[in-house]
Amino acid sequence: MGELSGLYALWYREVKVFLRERSRIISSIVNPIIWLVAFGGGLGSTISFGGADYQTFIFPGVLMLTVLFTSIFFGLYIVWDKRMDFFKEVMVAPLSRLTLFTGKMMGGCTDSLLQGSFLIIIGLFFNIKYTPYSLALVILFLLFLSAATTSLGLAIGAQLSSFEGFGLIQSFVIMPLFFLSGALYPLENLPEWLLVVTRVNPLTYIVDGMRGALLGLNHFPIWMDIGVGLVFMVTMILAGTLSFMRMH
Amino acid sequence: MIIETFGITKVFKALVAVDHINLSVEEGEIFGLLGPNGAGKTTLLSMLATILKPTEGTAKVNGYDIIHQPAKVRKSIGMVFQAPSSDELLTGWENLYLHAMMYGVPSNVRRSRIDEVLELVDLKDRAKDLVKTYSGGMRRRLELARGLLHKPKILFLDEPTLGLDPQTRSHIWDYIRRLSKEEGVTVLITTHYMEEADALCDRVAIIDHGKIRALDSPANLKMKVGKSMIRAKVKNPNVEKIKSLPYVSKVEAKDGDVTIILSEVGAHIQEVLCNLGEASFVELRDPTLNDVFLQLTGRGIREESAESWEEKLIQVRTNG
Repeated sequence: MGELSGLYALWYREVKVFLRERSRIISSIVNPIIWLVAFGGGLGSTISFGGADYQTFIFPGVLMLTVLFTSIFFGLYIVWDKRMDFFKEVMVAPLSRLTLFTGKMMGGCTDSLLQGSFLIIIGLFFNIKYTPYSLALVILFLLFLSAATTSLGLAIGAQLSSFEGFGLIQSFVIMPLFFLSGALYPLENLPEWLLVVTRVNPLTYIVDGMRGALLGLNHFPIWMDIGVGLVFMVTMILAGTLSFMRMH
Repeated sequence: MIIETFGITKVFKALVAVDHINLSVEEGEIFGLLGPNGAGKTTLLSMLATILKPTEGTAKVNGYDIIHQPAKVRKSIGMVFQAPSSDELLTGWENLYLHAMMYGVPSNVRRSRIDEVLELVDLKDRAKDLVKTYSGGMRRRLELARGLLHKPKILFLDEPTLGLDPQTRSHIWDYIRRLSKEEGVTVLITTHYMEEADALCDRVAIIDHGKIRALDSPANLKMKVGKSMIRAKVKNPNVEKIKSLPYVSKVEAKDGDVTIILSEVGAHIQEVLCNLGEASFVELRDPTLNDVFLQLTGRGIREESAESWEEKLIQVRTNG
């Protein structure tokens, strides 16, 4: 019971802070629109894939981008929390590290899923058609993605003691995860090395699953996309829990 | 004994921050750890709060071992950290509400407990405002309130008035006294303000370089220095003559600045001044805890406030 209400407290804090920070919400709506309008619209004037115009084609990718960035930065933000003394107060609370991790993780997931939902609504203005089935699948993939990448961010952040490594994480984790996932291009006809790299990147399967659900353009069978997403999420949650146990 | 330490020790690389300290605190008292920055007070407190693991030795807090029963220790204590630790992005009320949930305060008494502690620190009318908008003194009060929310038996206060103005400081002292009296909590407080230890604590342990140098009530500690002091500016003080007077216990002279420690100053001041030489300035005062510290270590508490790099390193580490 104590752990459960502690969990709720940790989650409540993150959601409360998120809803209070209007500027973050606004930028989370504006950024993807810029991607869709400027990048999608610009490039889309000359190219299209599989019968879908480019703007529509990258919509699942932009959805992933939004959730990925929100989640992973939320996780990494634990570095800042650790430096601020209010987190010390959380660390002294009679709560297990598992609860601490789960509460933070669920808070981060809620934040990024809320942002994802704004974008799903915005999608209506960009000719995205939803069915109950496709909507359910998209939400499932976003859940995998946000739980996995929030955990990844938390796992890394719990081990860092300063922001010094942030540039490196951006260059070697976040950017490759996104750009090597097929979020912005189809998975056919890729050069050999890129073909291998995209198949190793779990985000490839998540974006593929969403594209399949929304546009009917999957490269892999849906069960494979779901399977990889699930394994990715479970692995990252385990990594995050372990990292929290070792944090001091 | 509600707190008892057994040879508790913490070593950071080459530095022994806390050196085999044995200490017991009685239930209901306000106990002070007084010493300069880097003396090991915060390190000791952090170990008792189970934030840091001792290198050697252990301690019992409310009957629970800090190494083997940390969760039970944590439930028994309330902690107010040196640096502000309330969440700026939330309101005062929300801070308390979260704390109540994290410490397992039953949901049916949560709201009434929050009202109670808010009343105790006079923050009721600002409870719905964001902590960002609070003054330093208000944040401290909020943190005190939070420390009490789960009715801990022991309250740990790490430099509770650091950086506050004198008026706010004396207010905080009033609150702490009231808490100790009305709630019956044991208070363990670290400070490098001798006035604070003097005004607030039932007993004080003077700590320097990780060791306890003296432990007693402030009055007794000062008594050991001597009943009273005379400070005078004299060009050529007759130090030897003064030293030979039977009621003088100590004389120090430095650049024409003479400090004499003696008993029954009222009866003897005439004779002392006659023998001392021509004084351009005379001041009578009671000894302070700083004098006690001076006598024990040969330097003042404040002189050490410029911290060495090692001590800074430790502070960064324990804070981070």
